[in-house]
Amino acid sequence: MSETGRHADVPEENLPSGRDGAHGDVATKENPFADPGLPPHEHRIQDIDEKAAKRSERTVALLFTLSMLATIGFIASYVIFPVDKIIYVWPLGHISALNFALGLTLGVALFCIGAGAVHWARTLMSDVEVAQERHPIEAEPEVKAKVMADFREGAAESGMGRRKLIRNTMFGALALVPLSGVVLLRDLGPLPEKKLRTTGWKKGIRLVNQATNLPLRPEDIAVGSLTFAKPEGLEEDDHEFNSKIAKDALMLVRIQPQNIKDKQELEWSHEGIVAYSKICTHVGCPISLYEQQTHHVLCPCHQSTFDLSDGGRVIFGPAGHALPQLNITVKDGYLEAVSDFAEPVGPSFWERG
Amino acid sequence: MSNETSATNARRGQAPRGERIADWADGRLGIYSLAKSNMRKIFPDHWSFMLGEICLYSFIIIILTGVYLTLFFHPSMAEVVYHGSYVPMHGIRMTQAFESTLDISFDVRGGLLIRQIHHWAALVFLAGMMVHMMRVFFTGAFRKPREVNWLFGFLLLVLGMFTGFTGYSLPDDLLSGTGVRFIEGVILAMPLVGSYLQMFIFGGEFPGHDIIPRFFTVHVLLLPGIMLGLLVAHLILVFYHKHTQFPGAGKTEKNVVGMPLLPVYMAKAGGFFFLVFGVISVIAAIASINPVWAIGPYRPDQVSTGAQPDWYMGFAEGLVRVMPGWEWTIAGHYTINFGVLIPIIIFPLVLAAIAVYPFVESWVTGDKREHHLLDRPRNAPTRTGFGVAWLIAYLVMLVGGGNDLWATHFHLSINSITWFIRIAFFVGPVLGFIVTKRICMGLQRRDRDKVLHGRESGIIKRLPHGEFIEVHEPLTQEQMHALTQHEQPKPLEIGPEVDENGVKRKIKRSQKLRAKLSKGFYGEDNYIPKPTVEEYEEITSGHGHH
Repeated sequence: MSETGRHADVPEENLPSGRDGAHGDVATKENPFADPGLPPHEHRIQDIDEKAAKRSERTVALLFTLSMLATIGFIASYVIFPVDKIIYVWPLGHISALNFALGLTLGVALFCIGAGAVHWARTLMSDVEVAQERHPIEAEPEVKAKVMADFREGAAESGMGRRKLIRNTMFGALALVPLSGVVLLRDLGPLPEKKLRTTGWKKGIRLVNQATNLPLRPEDIAVGSLTFAKPEGLEEDDHEFNSKIAKDALMLVRIQPQNIKDKQELEWSHEGIVAYSKICTHVGCPISLYEQQTHHVLCPCHQSTFDLSDGGRVIFGPAGHALPQLNITVKDGYLEAVSDFAEPVGPSFWERG
Repeated sequence: MSNETSATNARRGQAPRGERIADWADGRLGIYSLAKSNMRKIFPDHWSFMLGEICLYSFIIIILTGVYLTLFFHPSMAEVVYHGSYVPMHGIRMTQAFESTLDISFDVRGGLLIRQIHHWAALVFLAGMMVHMMRVFFTGAFRKPREVNWLFGFLLLVLGMFTGFTGYSLPDDLLSGTGVRFIEGVILAMPLVGSYLQMFIFGGEFPGHDIIPRFFTVHVLLLPGIMLGLLVAHLILVFYHKHTQFPGAGKTEKNVVGMPLLPVYMAKAGGFFFLVFGVISVIAAIASINPVWAIGPYRPDQVSTGAQPDWYMGFAEGLVRVMPGWEWTIAGHYTINFGVLIPIIIFPLVLAAIAVYPFVESWVTGDKREHHLLDRPRNAPTRTGFGVAWLIAYLVMLVGGGNDLWATHFHLSINSITWFIRIAFFVGPVLGFIVTKRICMGLQRRDRDKVLHGRESGIIKRLPHGEFIEVHEPLTQEQMHALTQHEQPKPLEIGPEVDENGVKRKIKRSQKLRAKLSKGFYGEDNYIPKPTVEEYEEITSGHGHH
């Protein structure tokens, strides 16, 4: 009885059982579970007591009045409180007086409108439940037949099926025309070329301390501390500073040479000072947490952990390859790069190799 | 009273003013036929039906406050040195995007409030959509004819997540910039096209000067435009299908029982908009959100610990954090970064699993009928179990997304948490499914007991010979109907493998799979048989009382 859909692919007897004897039945002695129909309406106090109804009316009006007052309060707060006034409100702490007053008054003004409307609906508007009929969404067979006939007629009149040449060339034209839009996207950005492979480091570039902006000498790097460096000549007011530091950022630590496990790392270090790219090889966050006993560094974004005493090897977390090391040396008492990084810094990409 | 007015007006030979305006509009827009079917349209009442309303209203609030914010925000990455009224930031280099966000927060009166309402409403919007989706899922409201509307809703959730992400990236602060850097890493991980896509999307190397203006267009125009269209379609379909209702006395598949749009739901739903707006305003007044001035402007070589995306991105964040760092080099020239690629594939797959569920269920069960009466979750144990399993997978990854916070707050090892999440992502949903199914069966058994033996009255009676019994009170017919009205379908069967002539029938593998799954849905361990009239009569007719 409740089957409105088609189920051509399912044998009748395998369909979920119907709802026989359940719906819309008048309560009968035979079936104690039958639908007794809509229960009779129960009156609210407001339906029978005019005094209670009046009380509800006053409550609603009071809420609407409160809202009006709160809006006036909003305007007053806007005028009264200076934008930079900070007040102490327990338990919120020191907060902006203007923000607090505006938000509270606006909140009350809005909330009271809502509360008034809902209270009005719940206590004074009719709460008699009514049943409305539903109709199946699917069209009647006659409607469907008419639509199909119309479509066939229209399609035949267009000649789409008969004149294949028109149809095929039209599909061709429609398929090609969006290409113009795709072509127009070409100038969104440059081609990658070697951009991801090179950084600002090259032979003879001095290492400059990020904190002091002075060239670094070996004695500046203390055991147990993490020092951040940038290439000499890269200044913060450089127009491309952010894009450059995103690849060039360097971190330096000093490890006792006998504790360096990796042979190449030892070769590329100077008196135990090793320089590694600060950019995590996972998705490019700057690594900033250093554990001095173990020489592990941790990226605070996704917790990739690298061992700086063992070639920057990944020892935990989602990073896929070791941190690139910068080959450094000392000239005239200052630390400088021997060459650019031997491999691309930052997250890996398809052509990385 | 209205009769009197129209009578007076008729005497003057002219309809009242409102009616004349309505006539004018009707002549051009046909509003009377529209109103005929909709003005007194019946909507059923249940608290859970307001969850969708919360989403609608928070969306409107986001649009209103968002338009205001665009009046002051400069989506530009041009660099400036700050000299505004927030003293601690004086002399610091930042982009105009960050500077104008500070101006909105400290110089525009009420700007901070609107910014906070905008962000809070976005969180409420996404939380509302998740909970609304759960309501629709667990009650089976997605069944025919509402599958398409389910998909519209699902798309709104996904687009909402991306609109949120592009939105909180706009201030170009240290936290959101880190999120954008993460996106760069994800794009680079795409095989073949990664580095090209990265260059095109960022207009060059990360971060460049284009990403904030581009995100701005996506955030204020492209995504909200699509969402507005979907939202209108979603609402039109709700009206067209008429709302579902919970089973009960007088409620059938062929009617809808409730109260009319005018006046009750006009007042309730209209009022509810103001309630939602009011509550979010108060939250914005007392709870600071995304205080970018405490975080500072973005620099690619700086980061803060405890960096977290907004909660709705936490699931994706978790996948990325707990994935082992697998990376292959192919032929020495090409790199596949599975450590990033696999999470980014699993993320949409998990979302898609819930999106296609209505179609899977209707295929497995062979049920192609319209459904307007909601299921009680206990009466559909497999669906309920699947929903809980999905939620557990989601929540496990949400925990994974904050593994550093769990580690620091509870003094746990980050490595153990990560391993726990890796295992729980696979084991948790299975356990959840089994446990949920058992609970559903228990609840079905309880329903059966209640119908047959009545509800516990709490009254203990002592019989003359000393025995104590608890008096059970019989249910009303309405209650009994509500507990027994659901159907208990039988699983699909393939039928005999040989036909009447003894010839082997050809049975497709998909049919066999379907029969198996159908048994999983509707097989015997999925339901406690409903009490029958005979059982009821036997128990209530006197003999054999408990």
